[in-house]
Amino acid sequence: MTTLLLIEQVLNGLQSGIMLFLMAAGLTLIFGVMGLINLAHGSLYMVGAFAAAAVAGATGSFVLALMASLIAAAAAGAVIEMVVIRRLYDRDHLDQVLATFALILIFSEGTRWVFGSFPLYLDVPAALAGPVTLPGGILYPAYRLLIIVVGLAIAAGLFLLIARTRIGIQIRAGESDREMIGALGVDISRLYTIVFALGAALAGLAGALVGAIQSVQVGMGEPVLILAFVVIVIGGIGSIKGALVGALLVGLTDTLGGVLLPLAFGVFMDASTATAVGSALASMSIYILMAIVLLYRPTGLFGTV
Amino acid sequence: MIRREGIINTLIFLSLPAVAGAALLLDEPFTITLATRAAILALAAVGLNLALGLGGLVSLGHAAFFGIGGYAMGILASHAQSYVPLIDTWIVIEGTKSMPVIWLVAVIASAFAALAIGALSLRTSGVYFIMITLAFGQMFYYFAISWPAYGGEDGLSIYVRNDFPGLNTLVPIQFFGLVFTILALVLWAMGRLAASPFGLALNAARQNAERVETVGLTPFRLRLVAFVISGAITGLAGALFADLNRFVSPSMFSWQMSGEFIVFIVLGGIGRLFGPVAGACLFVVLEHMLSGVSEFWLIYVGAILLLVVLFARGGLIGTLAGRAVAHD
Repeated sequence: MTTLLLIEQVLNGLQSGIMLFLMAAGLTLIFGVMGLINLAHGSLYMVGAFAAAAVAGATGSFVLALMASLIAAAAAGAVIEMVVIRRLYDRDHLDQVLATFALILIFSEGTRWVFGSFPLYLDVPAALAGPVTLPGGILYPAYRLLIIVVGLAIAAGLFLLIARTRIGIQIRAGESDREMIGALGVDISRLYTIVFALGAALAGLAGALVGAIQSVQVGMGEPVLILAFVVIVIGGIGSIKGALVGALLVGLTDTLGGVLLPLAFGVFMDASTATAVGSALASMSIYILMAIVLLYRPTGLFGTV
Repeated sequence: MIRREGIINTLIFLSLPAVAGAALLLDEPFTITLATRAAILALAAVGLNLALGLGGLVSLGHAAFFGIGGYAMGILASHAQSYVPLIDTWIVIEGTKSMPVIWLVAVIASAFAALAIGALSLRTSGVYFIMITLAFGQMFYYFAISWPAYGGEDGLSIYVRNDFPGLNTLVPIQFFGLVFTILALVLWAMGRLAASPFGLALNAARQNAERVETVGLTPFRLRLVAFVISGAITGLAGALFADLNRFVSPSMFSWQMSGEFIVFIVLGGIGRLFGPVAGACLFVVLEHMLSGVSEFWLIYVGAILLLVVLFARGGLIGTLAGRAVAHD
């Protein structure tokens, strides 16, 4: 394995980590502020991807498609917050799990109803379809590089939003004492809807960005949702910084494990057994990572008790 | 009120053999298979209910144990079917087609898995516990997909149902009788367990862990034991489920499966011994009826579930028997 290939895989790991961060940031915000576990977050990811694919198919514009994904997911998020989620804040986690599980069924089957069971394709815009040459002569797909840049920019924007703006102050205040900020005259239910729609928009954007690399299909959100849970468990619930570190760790472990473990086993095994054992172990690597973090820090790397 | 719940429990429980018996008279083997399926899913949910209802542990990863039970059956029976020993390096272990042996292996394997997952997950609680059990369940799913020796993504087909001494398990009603007997025995054992000192302590640990600790018990240990027993029962159900379909695939590990087990419990009524049975029966009936109405029948299941969670807390038995006897 050459260094060039390794660097390419590291970039792939970064790219998938950044996309995971967009999912995990919304989940962790929603949990931090409202104390809600939202299984339907993967459905919002799917809604974003389908909206983007439909708009791209109709207009041919990728930028419009991305905007559609943001708007559709945020709108879907705001609607389910006002109709369903709002009733769940003072329920126990079991009710939240069940109600959002029901939402997944409704979203998935509803999407299948509207768009059919066949995957849609969202094309990478022509200008970004080719590779770019990075310093050192590495050829890397321009689109994936753009995803990394966009994701990092959003992460920076999110940190600024939380740290510097009025709504960010309200979000942080909501995390530490929601009765108090309600008493101080902040419209709590509006704040909750905004936070939920913000998280939904991030998930929808991630769905659209990843949808251009993979196919857009029903059920695409749940595997990402579960990875995002692993990210949050590693990073610590409620911590955006934890979500970023956790997402990059999970993205890199997952991508590099899939490449390196079969090679590592190939050193002392024959090729086909090494591939089998290596890829089976690689599929477990992030969960093993999660187990190790749990052994040493049950509340995650950046979690508070 | 307690008497009313008792009558409802008896009715729900006896509806299974009544449906199977009627189907036998009318010569409708498919309905017997549906009843068997309901009984097996009920068994899996009864297992989960020990952790969830009594212990308060919302495990979203019980499909792991269901799948392990299924694969215990699949692996043992596939080796017996191809006459290739399971292990022949130092000692020779043959596959087997004998149900009791398969059940034993399924129970032991899923109990060990539950011990490992429980020991890690129970270090945390609340939302962490939900996410971690979900993640570990998913780990088994991906492992089953990427491990090519036993069919990988395609799963394993077993051509002939395994044997039970004295029965012809290929006759639907005989297999149903076997499954129903197991369900009855497990329900009886669960009823005893819930009333035993262990069950009372576990229940207390759910309601107030500090007090339980004050009287010298360890909530972690109580919960871990409950989680292991719970996983073992769900594993046994997995072995039976695989035998019913004569097929195992990674989908038995899927997280939707875990979600459905919780749905059974809540549809039926949480914290009630017969809740999972009522929920599983209701789900199988809904599945059968709605899938005839629309290809997208799960959307209706989602809507019903949402309404039950938001408005009809207490589930089917709670609605029929009233809320006064709910355990919480």
